Amino acid sequence: MIKDALVAKEKKEDLIFWLKQMHHIRYFEEMVMQLLAENYVKGGSHCYAGQEAVAVGACAAIRKDDYITSTHRGHGHGIAKGGKLNELMAEICGKAAGCCKGKGGSLHLADLSTGNLGANGIVGGSFGIAAGAALTCKMKKLDRVVLCFYGDGAANQGIAHESMNMAATWKLPVIYICENNLYGMSVSVNRAASVEDLAVRALAYDMPYKIVDGMDVLAVKEAVEQAAERARKGEGPMLIECKTYRYYGHSRSDARVYRTKEEEKYWKDRDPIPNFAKRLIENGIITEDEAKEIDAQAKKDIEDATKFAKDAPYPEPEALFEDLYA
Amino acid sequence: MREVRYWQALNEALREELDRDPDVFVMGEDVGIYGGAYGVTKGLYEDYGEERIRDTAISEQVIVGAAVGAAMTGMRPVAEIMYVDFLGVAMDQIFNQAAKIRYMFGGKAKVPMTLRTQGGTGRGLAAQHSQSLESWFLHVPGLKVVMPSTPYDAKGLLKAAIRDDNPVLFIEHKMLYGTKGMIPDGEYIVPLGLADVKRPGSDVTVVAHSRMLLYALEAAETLEKEGISVEVIDPRTLAPLDMDTIMTSVKKTGRVVLVEEGCKTGGVGGEIATRIMEEGFYYLDAPIIRVAAKDVPIPMSPALEPLAVPSVQEIIDAVKKLYV
Repeated sequence: MIKDALVAKEKKEDLIFWLKQMHHIRYFEEMVMQLLAENYVKGGSHCYAGQEAVAVGACAAIRKDDYITSTHRGHGHGIAKGGKLNELMAEICGKAAGCCKGKGGSLHLADLSTGNLGANGIVGGSFGIAAGAALTCKMKKLDRVVLCFYGDGAANQGIAHESMNMAATWKLPVIYICENNLYGMSVSVNRAASVEDLAVRALAYDMPYKIVDGMDVLAVKEAVEQAAERARKGEGPMLIECKTYRYYGHSRSDARVYRTKEEEKYWKDRDPIPNFAKRLIENGIITEDEAKEIDAQAKKDIEDATKFAKDAPYPEPEALFEDLYA
Repeated sequence: MREVRYWQALNEALREELDRDPDVFVMGEDVGIYGGAYGVTKGLYEDYGEERIRDTAISEQVIVGAAVGAAMTGMRPVAEIMYVDFLGVAMDQIFNQAAKIRYMFGGKAKVPMTLRTQGGTGRGLAAQHSQSLESWFLHVPGLKVVMPSTPYDAKGLLKAAIRDDNPVLFIEHKMLYGTKGMIPDGEYIVPLGLADVKRPGSDVTVVAHSRMLLYALEAAETLEKEGISVEVIDPRTLAPLDMDTIMTSVKKTGRVVLVEEGCKTGGVGGEIATRIMEEGFYYLDAPIIRVAAKDVPIPMSPALEPLAVPSVQEIIDAVKKLYV
């Protein structure tokens, strides 16, 4: 008998898959940090570690042919939406085998074959794209939805308002997923926004909202499922605010002077991955040994992907002028 | 052949493409019931319905952004931004999103969208509704920039822009909407990236686009009477720029005047002049002259507005200067 209601309604293989996906993201990000430290990876990389439950829970609630738009912190979204680890890691490394042939890198991870319309180097840059993709879904009657991931920082961009107003006015199937990790680079959300919960801004658009524990993959999934169901019925967009935390700094140069060790510990105690593993063990879904095995396999998958990426060639010079125009 | 006005030619192009391709749709401020601020979308709302002719909120960022997202996922949007001056509001969506997505994503996405807008002086609308900002967008790889000067080109180029699989910025001119010209009865396309010799000549090459093309033709008419044969070239598409047609003319004439309604500093003429020198400096018999707007915001006063932009006389004077 499974006591946890959210666990009870899911299939065992799905639960294990989501645990593994979260491990994948965490190990992927640890590897990216390592590659940055080695100076093997150049440029900006914003790591998603700590927020895994949001991407995995949200993508678990939608279909393969549904769309997502991502952010500058987009590795987790790309993995959760079904991107191939080899191609994602190769992209971070700027290799020709990357999902964007090495031209986008961390900031522009995109994979249209999995419905991922792309990370974005501009904070809030994807809001319009999400509305537009949802307009396609509506006009072509595709029965698809669009997840628009954005952070607490992007919530304060003007286009956030324009996009939500358009989606709500036209009843577009967008689900706005606010990943409130408490900081836009260094500025805390309570110094940048006049509201405690960013979700309440949905009221301005007569749009329903829900605030969920962003460290709980099943809570996120449940909320997004409800939103997706509404959206598919033509009832319009919904906003889901996930309270979460990024474990690393904003980027590699961030010394995290703006937050306390106590605060970091508070959120690390609520780590979405070990807590979910523990929950699955307590509910008899997996054994402790199986949990360790899943963890080890995920770690190996990332090591394999990294080997693939490191062995892969860089783009040839001719690639400089390729793919500018269709 | 039949005579139509510039706005009607554009309206026909939209209708034909809406008829041809169910993925084509129009959106923007007042494009529906109102029929567009300058009437280009007149009657479309009645004939194609609110689903395909979408009046939007006054939200330039998401008008462009949603066009990008719709284009990436299989639609062929024609978005309208009422004035070229308002592109500034939506700039990120144009140059960071629309222009770059295909390249950034390794060619795995395409953005077949047309962004219609209009610019230029002539109506006393002052500094925020009268600019000619085309040169800004030449600096952004990934965009195409189209500026028709005649009803024939307006229709053929708009159809080509809509069918193009890339983001196309299509800049009309507010003073051209009422101008008349002949177009064929049947369907035709004017390919992007092809300049047009609007008036053949042998002594001087004048390159001019949009409304300035009409000024250049008028100047050429006057100069002909004075014994100077002017070849007038309309690039029609500024990006990609058809340098072949321009260079063919330069090799023939050896003398060049570049005319534009935008400010001289950082303008289109600077780019074309440099490319002429790079590709054919030794064909030149005189320095290239630019006739462009003064480097000032466009003033409202009817006494000042015409002074800010080139006149026919200035073009005539520039051509004569080549012979001093």
